Amino acid sequence: MTITRRQALAVTAGAAAFLTFAPRISFAATPDTDAAIKEFTGGATPTEGTVSLDTPEIAENGNTVPVGVTVDSPMTSDNYVESVLILADGNPNPAVATFHFSAMSGAAEAKTRIRLAKTQNVIAVAKMSDGSTFMDTKEVKVTIGGCGG
Amino acid sequence: MFSRREFLMAATATSALLGSGMAGSWSKLMAQQALSEDQLLAMEPTGSLTLVHITDIHAQLKPIYFREPSINLGIGDVTGKPPHVTGADFLKLYNIEAGSPDAYALTSEDFTSLAKSYGKMGGMDRVATVIKRIRAERGDDYVLLLDGGDTWQGSYTSNQTLGQDMVTVMNALKPDAMTGHWEFTYGTDRVQEIIDDLSFAFLGSNIYDNEWDEPAFEAWKMFERGGSKVAVIGQAFPYTPIANPRWMIPGWSFGIREEDIAKHAEEARGEGAEVIVLLSHNGFDVDRKLASNVAGIDVILTGHTHDALPEPVIVNDTLVIASGSNGKFVSRVDLDVKDRAVVGYKYRLIPIFSDVITPDAEMSALIDEVRAPFEADLSRVLGKTESLLYRRGNFNGTFDDLICQALLEERDAQIALSPGFRWGTSLLPGQDITFEDLHNACAMTYPAAYRSTMSGKMLKDILEDVGDNLFNKDPYYQQGGDMVRVGGMGYTIDPQMEIGERISDMTLLSTGEPIDPAKDYVVAGWASVNEDTEGPAIWDVVENHITKNPTVKLPDNESVKVIGV
Repeated sequence: MTITRRQALAVTAGAAAFLTFAPRISFAATPDTDAAIKEFTGGATPTEGTVSLDTPEIAENGNTVPVGVTVDSPMTSDNYVESVLILADGNPNPAVATFHFSAMSGAAEAKTRIRLAKTQNVIAVAKMSDGSTFMDTKEVKVTIGGCGG
Repeated sequence: MFSRREFLMAATATSALLGSGMAGSWSKLMAQQALSEDQLLAMEPTGSLTLVHITDIHAQLKPIYFREPSINLGIGDVTGKPPHVTGADFLKLYNIEAGSPDAYALTSEDFTSLAKSYGKMGGMDRVATVIKRIRAERGDDYVLLLDGGDTWQGSYTSNQTLGQDMVTVMNALKPDAMTGHWEFTYGTDRVQEIIDDLSFAFLGSNIYDNEWDEPAFEAWKMFERGGSKVAVIGQAFPYTPIANPRWMIPGWSFGIREEDIAKHAEEARGEGAEVIVLLSHNGFDVDRKLASNVAGIDVILTGHTHDALPEPVIVNDTLVIASGSNGKFVSRVDLDVKDRAVVGYKYRLIPIFSDVITPDAEMSALIDEVRAPFEADLSRVLGKTESLLYRRGNFNGTFDDLICQALLEERDAQIALSPGFRWGTSLLPGQDITFEDLHNACAMTYPAAYRSTMSGKMLKDILEDVGDNLFNKDPYYQQGGDMVRVGGMGYTIDPQMEIGERISDMTLLSTGEPIDPAKDYVVAGWASVNEDTEGPAIWDVVENHITKNPTVKLPDNESVKVIGV
């Protein structure tokens, strides 16, 4: 199989090998996810808003789920987004990717594809140049499929 | 002194579809005396723009029987709201007389006897007559004809011709645009080939190229009709690569992508659109939610979930129009546009009573022509049914019971699974089951009837998963099919619960024993979305079964217990 540019660019996440069908998890983050967020924010609890995730409601293919993130920021030298952490809280290692930005980035936007073995929350946490942090959470359902009519 | 006929007609003057009609279960002759083509089409016009909507025809060129659901539950905010109202409640809600033509067309109430009175519905030659008459009445330049998709699939002839019979017929009908769902089950190459030849637009705002994440289809198109600029945004079925085989369309990604619809609506307004129409295959509840999230859409012509509603559901300022399925109805929406805004509307869901509406001769000839190579097969009688055979409804249908029975016996399985499709026509007690009737229930491009073992846990996971696709409280997570049909196994379902907690009391019917999560069972099914599924085609399995058991008689299915609603 040839690797396309898209695949080469994609940041992939390690995940469980088999498709499983777990009951819907709650919106409360798992302890591992919480720890990863705290590590990223230096212990602060991020505020909802400012950052927004673009994910499908239901994954077409759990092996490669497109995830986009946008942070609302002027991206000037005294007010910009430093980095964005993407987490998948059903993964054995929830921290999936970190995107680093600078004022020179122009816009704080990124897209990647991640692997989700089961229905779970995808979380984005943005760290701003003033140290403040924001987050967004979206549930992505991974389904057996096959019975739409 | 009123004549009997005048009295009867006056008695139903408030009925929803028909300005006047007859009530009661009268003989077919009497019933049809009260119906005329003029009366079925009559409507007080408004404005100078007319939208005509057809959807989910499922390749039914000829008149058919189609029983509407007797159970169609709504969950969460939409409990008890249309289209989640059935039977007597539906009649009451829309002020429809029991036994009237409307009652027959729109509900399952007294279906068998009313079907005998009022006859078959649909037929693309009747649909053609209605469309031609609307165009003649309003003027060609005042009418937009829009097809919501699921047009090319659902019959033997469409499957044999890879949709070509329907493409030929639709080209003759001259729609202005369509969108799709089952169309995609002919695979990327065939879909592309047809679209290249189509004389009208195939719109899909939510279809993206998988590799570059860029739009793969024309998203929207501007039309000028009745002196107004009308933008039509197309929305294909968002979960096509999940509900149907993704391997058939590996390069395309779908999804709801409501932000794209908002973006296109804004673009269209920017380019001078006075009316924004969403031609959608989202399903009713998804479109209702979308209408509340996305401002600026004047009309959503919804499809996919096969609902037929005699009045629009109005969400904020958006009219949501549900035009039924299988050619049973044509929707006409007249819009009054002033100062770049819709200021008034009139709506009529026109029921296509096939014995009342005159077939269009040109279209009849074309239909005969596309069917001619297959006619000998189509009319072959396989058996006879003593029971009403139908599919539509949330949990089971007798046609599916027949398919499950065939799977259990012909594939020597303990449990049978049959998908909860909403297409498939109905047969009345006493009717022959023809080859065509059978294929109407299973014509599709991935028909392999597999036989495999599944653990009790796997079976539970499947039921929970499909249950959540149907009963998730958030419509954006619903896929719009009905519950998977099960043979050889009973279960209890509580639709109000969350995934993992809806299904209980799974029982192997042959022994009466509870299903053991750790034990393996022999399961036969069909329509797997997995590539390389092996087995004979489902229609061969069912034909063999009917040939061995030519008289079909099905007891009431009591193996699914619904609780909590």
